[in-house]
Amino acid sequence: MEPGQSRDKPALELVGLRRDYGERPALAGIDLELAEGETLLVLGPNGAGKTTLLRILATLLRPSGGTVRALGCSLPGEAWKLRGRIGFLGHEPLLYRDLSGRENLRFQARLHGMRGGAAEARIAAILAAAGIERRADERADELSAGMRQRLAICRCLLHEPELLLLDEPDSNLDAEGRELASAMLGPAEGRTRVIVSHDPERYEAEADRLLRLEAGGRPVAA
Amino acid sequence: MTPTSVAFRAILAKDLRGELRSLQSLPAMALFAVTTFVVFRFGLDRTSLSGSLASGVLWATLLFAALLGVNRLFVAEREEGGFDAICLAPIDRSALFAAKAAALVVYLLALELVVVPVFALFFLESAAALPPLVAVLFLADLGLAATGTLISSMAVHSRARDLLGPLVLLPLVVPLMIAATGASEPLLAGGGPGYHRFATWLGVLCLYDLVFLLVGYAVFDFLLED
Repeated sequence: MEPGQSRDKPALELVGLRRDYGERPALAGIDLELAEGETLLVLGPNGAGKTTLLRILATLLRPSGGTVRALGCSLPGEAWKLRGRIGFLGHEPLLYRDLSGRENLRFQARLHGMRGGAAEARIAAILAAAGIERRADERADELSAGMRQRLAICRCLLHEPELLLLDEPDSNLDAEGRELASAMLGPAEGRTRVIVSHDPERYEAEADRLLRLEAGGRPVAA
Repeated sequence: MTPTSVAFRAILAKDLRGELRSLQSLPAMALFAVTTFVVFRFGLDRTSLSGSLASGVLWATLLFAALLGVNRLFVAEREEGGFDAICLAPIDRSALFAAKAAALVVYLLALELVVVPVFALFFLESAAALPPLVAVLFLADLGLAATGTLISSMAVHSRARDLLGPLVLLPLVVPLMIAATGASEPLLAGGGPGYHRFATWLGVLCLYDLVFLLVGYAVFDFLLED
């Protein structure tokens, strides 16, 4: 938490958020407030703008209209303040195939300003938590899709982010992997989560808020 | 925010390690250059070249070999989601431009370490021109790397990237090639290296490098925006 930031401040504030791809609206006026430590579950059919919403919150896309504040930072203007405080797990694992799992995490650690023994200890701990420490020195392209997803979860959590943006976090995971993912990505003190899923039953119990989107990115009234 | 120097070193080390393992750029660049020298050797039916002809053969070959490296510069970022991974990190994005340009300079220097001696073996009567040629090669590599990184980062998001990169890059590097050939010509003159207008052409190379390094630094962040 930034100095001077109150715990009562919402972690996410969206007012009239819009995003268009050319003439086609992907998000059409999202209003939402999420308190720190809460979990938002985003549901909707394909093409409803769920991934677009996550990418805007991750500072990877600019909104076309409306206002977005995440962890007290206004987007896109203060995106540079927010990066490093978010953990993003998207459709792609964001891993370099020619590097081993451990090297990928070392690379990410250095980009996030983590160095030396502390970074190595954090990498070892998170690889152990994901159950892939024995495969960590294999190249990423030699790992199965499930193992790469576990590694992607490690990458997402490596820098201990305050805001988790998770797009189908269980993709490619077996039963054991799903259990480990639940433990790693589950609710935690001060950790705000936005989860996109096609499987409402999986996350409904953990969700404090629900956002249903329909085609064209329009929110469905509760 | 992570210091730019730390991010620069991390990205550069990642790129060099990836190239050492996959060998996707350098062998192709070197093979292209050596093959082109062989074609020139037999096509021109000359056992030695000097002056502007030697300079032209050298730089035409190096330019097109460099294009192979430029085209592959951001492939890992595009195919493996690395752009997102880097954009999510709390770093100044100009570190990515600087690291990619530095990686390209390293590839070009490694390429020249192999192919310039081959060029000398095929076409030069003495190797006396090679030591002063190093300065020209380095300055031209810097300009190619700055321009190539800029264009490659723009083209990589396009479906026509393999065509777009060279189409945009080639006109932009014409001034650089004029200066590089102009500086190399007296060095490769028959009867030993000369230095007529050598300093002037080196100055043009320095100016070109400065302009495109500054342009790259200034606009790279915008190129990564959606």
